[in-house]
Amino acid sequence: MRITVTVDGIPCTDDVEPRTLLVHHLRERVGKVGTVVGCDTSNCGACTVHLDGHSVKSCSVLAVQADGCEVTTIEGLARDGELHPVQKAFHENHALQCGFCTPGMIMQSIDLLADDPDPDEQAVREGLEGNLCRCTGYQNIVRAVRDAAHRMRPGAGPEAERLASDTASRVGARGE
Amino acid sequence: MTSTIEPEVGKSRRRKEDERLITGRTRWTDNLTLPGMLHLAVLRSPFAHAEIVSIDVTEAKSAPGVVAVFTGKDLDPESAIGMPCAWPITPDMKSPRRPILASDTVNFAGEGVAVVVARTSAEAHDALEAIDVEYDELPVVLGLENALAEGAPLVHEDLGTNQNAVWVFDSADAGTGSSVEDAISHSEVVLKRRFRQQRLVPAFMEPRACVVDPTGSQLVMWSATQVPHILKTMTAATLGLPEHKVRVIAPDVGGGFGGKIAVLPEEMMATLVAQRLGKPVKWTESRSETMVAAHHGRDQIQDLTITADRDGTVTGLKVELLADMGAYLGLVGPGVPILGAFMFNAIYKFPAYHFVCTNVFTNTTLTDAYRGAGRPEATFGIERMMDELAVELGMDPMEIREKNWIRHEEFPFTTVAGLTYDSGDYEAATAKAKELFDYDGLRREQKERRESGDPVQLGIGISTFTEMCGLAPSRVLGSLDYAAGGWEHAEIRVLPTGKIEVITGASAHGQGHETAWSQIVADKLGVPFEDIEVIHGDTQSSHKGMDTYGSRSLVVGGIAVVKAADKVLAKAKPIAAHLMECSEDDLEFSAGEFSVKGTEVSTSIQDIAWAVFSAHNLPDGVEPSLDSSDTFDPENFSFPHGTHLCAAEVDTETGRVRLRSYVCVDDVGVAVNPLIVEGQVHGGLAQGIAQALFEEAVHDEGGTLTTGTFADYLLPSAADLPSFTTDRTETPSTTNPLGVKGVGEAGTIASTPAVVNAVIDAVRHFGVDDIEMPLTPMRVWHAIQHGSAAAGGLGSEAGGGLGSIDATGGVQ
Repeated sequence: MRITVTVDGIPCTDDVEPRTLLVHHLRERVGKVGTVVGCDTSNCGACTVHLDGHSVKSCSVLAVQADGCEVTTIEGLARDGELHPVQKAFHENHALQCGFCTPGMIMQSIDLLADDPDPDEQAVREGLEGNLCRCTGYQNIVRAVRDAAHRMRPGAGPEAERLASDTASRVGARGE
Repeated sequence: MTSTIEPEVGKSRRRKEDERLITGRTRWTDNLTLPGMLHLAVLRSPFAHAEIVSIDVTEAKSAPGVVAVFTGKDLDPESAIGMPCAWPITPDMKSPRRPILASDTVNFAGEGVAVVVARTSAEAHDALEAIDVEYDELPVVLGLENALAEGAPLVHEDLGTNQNAVWVFDSADAGTGSSVEDAISHSEVVLKRRFRQQRLVPAFMEPRACVVDPTGSQLVMWSATQVPHILKTMTAATLGLPEHKVRVIAPDVGGGFGGKIAVLPEEMMATLVAQRLGKPVKWTESRSETMVAAHHGRDQIQDLTITADRDGTVTGLKVELLADMGAYLGLVGPGVPILGAFMFNAIYKFPAYHFVCTNVFTNTTLTDAYRGAGRPEATFGIERMMDELAVELGMDPMEIREKNWIRHEEFPFTTVAGLTYDSGDYEAATAKAKELFDYDGLRREQKERRESGDPVQLGIGISTFTEMCGLAPSRVLGSLDYAAGGWEHAEIRVLPTGKIEVITGASAHGQGHETAWSQIVADKLGVPFEDIEVIHGDTQSSHKGMDTYGSRSLVVGGIAVVKAADKVLAKAKPIAAHLMECSEDDLEFSAGEFSVKGTEVSTSIQDIAWAVFSAHNLPDGVEPSLDSSDTFDPENFSFPHGTHLCAAEVDTETGRVRLRSYVCVDDVGVAVNPLIVEGQVHGGLAQGIAQALFEEAVHDEGGTLTTGTFADYLLPSAADLPSFTTDRTETPSTTNPLGVKGVGEAGTIASTPAVVNAVIDAVRHFGVDDIEMPLTPMRVWHAIQHGSAAAGGLGSEAGGGLGSIDATGGVQ
């Protein structure tokens, strides 16, 4: 089947087998190897991307289902050379060690913050329940997400607001 | 002119590694694509023990996109290749040949029997289904005691036994203590317990992968490995390749925890296939393959006897272990439980000690190193026993530990196991931990809840642990019959512009070496942190090393870096003296500047670097290079320690355990980067707590791993774990110039017994003195109901801990 998926702002038209998973399409055809595969049962969340602004495990979506959609991966988060506040917060709070779960963890965190701009610790823990990390024990990830929430809150600065409103509009496209 | 005034060591520097990892600019092995690259898929046995009657690959060979299909007989017609085991722990150790692919019999479910090579990974996997293997099932050997029973079927018929080796240490024989049998005969209290260390899966997040390119003059292997240097040498030795024709690269590696210390049949398979076809090939496993084919950890039965006087003074410890090797021996598998031999006596002054370990073969995935490797098992055993002894004697569990531990003023202290602990301050770590924990307050609350019959009971668990880190003094490894040494190598290259390249033989996979090594070198040479690049993980650029495991990188590899930096300065000094026309004796070096004492005259290391590069004006006989390398072979291990305190709430109506608070004060010596240290402790705690509460690799009666996916094997999520309170005391190691001890395994080693002790403490008044790990709600509830240990099968089903599974709404 021929599909067109806009990945990190670039429209990509490809012929894919109907069985191809979105994550394999992204990695093998589009070249977005920043998004990784950690399991084969949709438990680990390492492959999490945004599909039309909503976080999905890209191993649980067929490439053909993404036809006509916008996909944002970890590689498309930084704008004009500026890291997303969640990326910055992961760095500042030492929220990663080996970094394999990090792309999915960051994508899920952004989605979580779009739903709940000021989550408490328990809300962050529950919001990230579908993303596994073996290195950090999660403590610094939780800290990073809450730190990012503070950086992105209204009045935190023009750059953060621009990115925060970006996120809000993308998530708003869900139509929920 | 730049110079660093404030020391870098001790700063919580944000990591250099992060930039590529948070932006997705990573080079995981599976990300690599080479021109003409083919893909491998491995067919694995569904049976734990069976004869292979026939393998028919005809149909698979003609499947779309398939280039070739190989069986074990195709790749190794003489059955001459065996995967290496580097640790023959006894001269008579039984060592079965582990083939690259099974040809005659399969010995565990998941063992490879054929490999398909195709244009795409999907086509290779499709073709697996077209391979027809006829098996003739054999009796399956499972369970340590079953395997050793009279008349038990054998995993390897030709060995004549399921016993791999018996390894013994006795303090009376070794001259390090007295006789345990005497202690047992004469002591006022003799307490015996049996504990089980369940089997665990290391579960690094990045599945294993390798790419082999045979097209250049050197064969190049990229692998998701902890041990590129060992892999290079072992690939050469295993396949008979000239070592100088092999280059191994560990690119970005997504976690290891010991699970990537192995040399893999798949790596050897990929090499042979690549050579046969003259094409680059890639093998990447699925998570389901990892679970059955990558080595597991732990899996012991521990029979422990502790003896003491009525006043609580311990008089002896006898340790009898059975350790499951699985179906074959891993690279260091047989030695893993032996590392525990030196740790069961822990921080206590036992006068008599006996350790015997029987390694056993079963028809299961092989076991090998997993975070802590032998030391978590030992620490669990002794810390559980100290609690049991305290109960037996009616003492507070902290009081009995204090009574028996090595006091600060007694260091250095030679233990009953023959190790000399150089330093430690158990009093300081314990005092700090008790204060942070509110030990007395929680004990009061526990009493109140018990008296009021609260359905939620509170328990307090203690673990005052130590570990041996910095593996390892080569002489000690030699005395334990390990095949290699334990040194590490480093090189420092001073570039013409004064920038620095640091080459290290330690191969990082999440530990933050690039950051920490930069901090060390910045202090030593007085160059900015940003001007230092750390290079590792490629045997071409980092040609010498022993890699990363056993909390060794900083304690051994970091010291090699320090020594190499000292050599750079020694080479720079005569040049500085020459340039400033003074005597070397008049020079002092500080913050990157050589200055002439008592004058304003100075020259920087960067200026000297350029002078060396131009080489126009060097002293006679001085080479135009500041580059220096060195190796470090430690004289002794390092001994981090700490006090971990856990408060657990147990809902006695459901058996559910909630960790109310977890406090640990670790003493890892000098912290080069406190932020990284804290992160290592957090992650270690999570893994140790997961052993206590969540994780277990379970085989059914046919030898099938029933916890073979992340849906069944309960890796804790953020929602399953509490926040930890971590702190440090800092008693520098006296055996290395940085005063460091290592931190990679501390959290994992210490936390498991703290959690289990807490849960038992909460329900002991129901008559419970043990619950098998993992402490699932069903096991805890059952123990409360029956007033005894819930040893045995109950609750051993997959996912028994509930954990991430939300029964009301499902997994998000």
